[in-house]
Amino acid sequence: MSVTYIDAIREAQEKLLREDDRVFLYGQDIATFGGAFKATKGLAEKFPNRVFDAPISEDAMIGMAVGAAIEGMRPIIEMQFADFSSVAFNQIVNQAATHFYRTGMPIPLTVRLPSGGTPGSGPFHSQSMEGIYAQYPGLVVLTPATVSDAYHMLLDGVALDDPVIYCEHKFLYRWLKAKSINGDHLPIGQARITRPGKHATVVAYSAMVHEAVRAADRLVQDGWEIEVVDLRSVKPLDIDTILASVARTGRLLAVGEAFPWGGVTAEVVARVTEEGFHLLDAPPQRLNARDTPVPYHPKLWAAHRPTPESICEALRKLLSF
Amino acid sequence: MLRGRILENKLSSLYKAGKIVGGVYLGRGQEAVSATLGTALIQGTDFFAPLIRDQAGRTAFGEPLIDCTRTYLGSVKGPMRGRDGNIHRGRPDLGMPAMISHLGAQVSVVAGMLFAKRLQGTLAGRVGATCIGDGATSTGAFHEGLNLAAIERLPLVVVVANNQFAYSTPNDRQFACADLVEKARGYGVGGFSVDGTDMLACVSVIGEAVRRAREGGGPQMVVARLLRLSGHGEHDDGSYVPAEARVDHYGQDCIEVAMQQLIENHFATAEEIVAWQDQIADEVQRAVAQAQQEPVPDPYQEDWTALSTRFPLDQPISQPIFS
Repeated sequence: MSVTYIDAIREAQEKLLREDDRVFLYGQDIATFGGAFKATKGLAEKFPNRVFDAPISEDAMIGMAVGAAIEGMRPIIEMQFADFSSVAFNQIVNQAATHFYRTGMPIPLTVRLPSGGTPGSGPFHSQSMEGIYAQYPGLVVLTPATVSDAYHMLLDGVALDDPVIYCEHKFLYRWLKAKSINGDHLPIGQARITRPGKHATVVAYSAMVHEAVRAADRLVQDGWEIEVVDLRSVKPLDIDTILASVARTGRLLAVGEAFPWGGVTAEVVARVTEEGFHLLDAPPQRLNARDTPVPYHPKLWAAHRPTPESICEALRKLLSF
Repeated sequence: MLRGRILENKLSSLYKAGKIVGGVYLGRGQEAVSATLGTALIQGTDFFAPLIRDQAGRTAFGEPLIDCTRTYLGSVKGPMRGRDGNIHRGRPDLGMPAMISHLGAQVSVVAGMLFAKRLQGTLAGRVGATCIGDGATSTGAFHEGLNLAAIERLPLVVVVANNQFAYSTPNDRQFACADLVEKARGYGVGGFSVDGTDMLACVSVIGEAVRRAREGGGPQMVVARLLRLSGHGEHDDGSYVPAEARVDHYGQDCIEVAMQQLIENHFATAEEIVAWQDQIADEVQRAVAQAQQEPVPDPYQEDWTALSTRFPLDQPISQPIFS
């Protein structure tokens, strides 16, 4: 008996619907159909009038959720793909994210973003938007990498009074399995040492945690012990755990699946350089996707995003200093 | 209507005297439409998302004058505490969300407020309303919001003040249909047209739209024809408005029309109206004076956080404050 990453997301939503009258789900094809990825399968039957098919109106879906949150609800909005949240960008960053600062009233809504690449998905069904949303004040941005985190961080995210951007990785949906949904249940804002090591630190999040662990496994044969830090939430960013890891290893590689200009990896490197320059024995490195749209063909896609091979190569360079 | 006009005249003077930082946006010429809507709504039951030319509607809905003067003058005691200014203010806890500058964005927000009440089982007898201009009907947010409200059959009233200019852009560069009210049919919502310079017509038509929404008739859209009698803001002299537009029927001042209507129908005498004006001028003066005496925000006292949650591990980097 095992539970997948997408099972965890479905289970968390079912628990929320069962235990909290304020929660409702709104998104395209999520009611009878159960969602493009089946993250809401069966929920409309179990919770009639709590799970709604939305028109293809991402802007209005988030605006509606803001209004519902003002009136005491805790909406969970499913974007069919993270990429389509660009249509809702205004309502997310200007309406939801500014509301508490401007008015003193927080907006407890959760936006689920099916994120990241899968083979053959192409430029508009593959994007990683976490860095863009993290740039804006007023949003919490979660990037679970494990089955347990997918479950607990969705529950904990919906419990927050602030708007939450919950980035769930599509590649992990069915590929990632665990024996149980239970885990260490760290609080939001705390990173995890996924794999301890002493020669270099890889800071990663979401699907890249698993690629980083694979790379670290390969480097064992060369005698390198690589520490992998899973950020879990990119905002808030747990700089203390990162700095403590870099203090042990003296070397930093930040890995992300998003585009390379700015973003989460740039923030990690900037913060470590600013606050932990004295801890570094080598120039901190970044590894991201390439600076092109996400390509369609699986061969191009595999070379567009960081892979165990490219992470190993970046680590060897980092360790050569 | 009179409160809105007299307050805004004062705001204009304060702006020109350099006492208000940022912009001042007036509803001059739109008071009949705005105040009529505010009057048709019930504070405490209904929702109202005003836009930039709705001082009259805000006042009619129940917003105290001091909320306006505090926000324009940056008082920390105002609803926005200096964090946002001018017409970007609201009391979301009292059914009046604070607008953002992006036009059309409030349509879906009001729909969501109503949707919440449906889920909570307390929607019956409630209405939500928002105002937009002719320019906002060109936005995707307007389309998405009204379409969503129509699908959900929510008691939403959208009042479009077609004031003929979006900033400087005339109607013929904004939409190609003969009349904006034709759009209502396309969305499957009720559609009304009204002469926005005629207070009694507004009372009748906007009142009917609100009544239909309240009684379960689904979303309603009212298009009010009028002319903006000021620039886009007080920084703008509106010189692009052609002289013909100013002198045609819709160029008439709705306040003057309303005064005539009050007198002709024996609702009030000319003397009573003058007395109202004096009384309102006094109220406005006191609201301005009070806000001017109040403290402005202190950057040293700000907590500089945009989240209500305090994450123990995420201490912001301390930054020196230079002022």
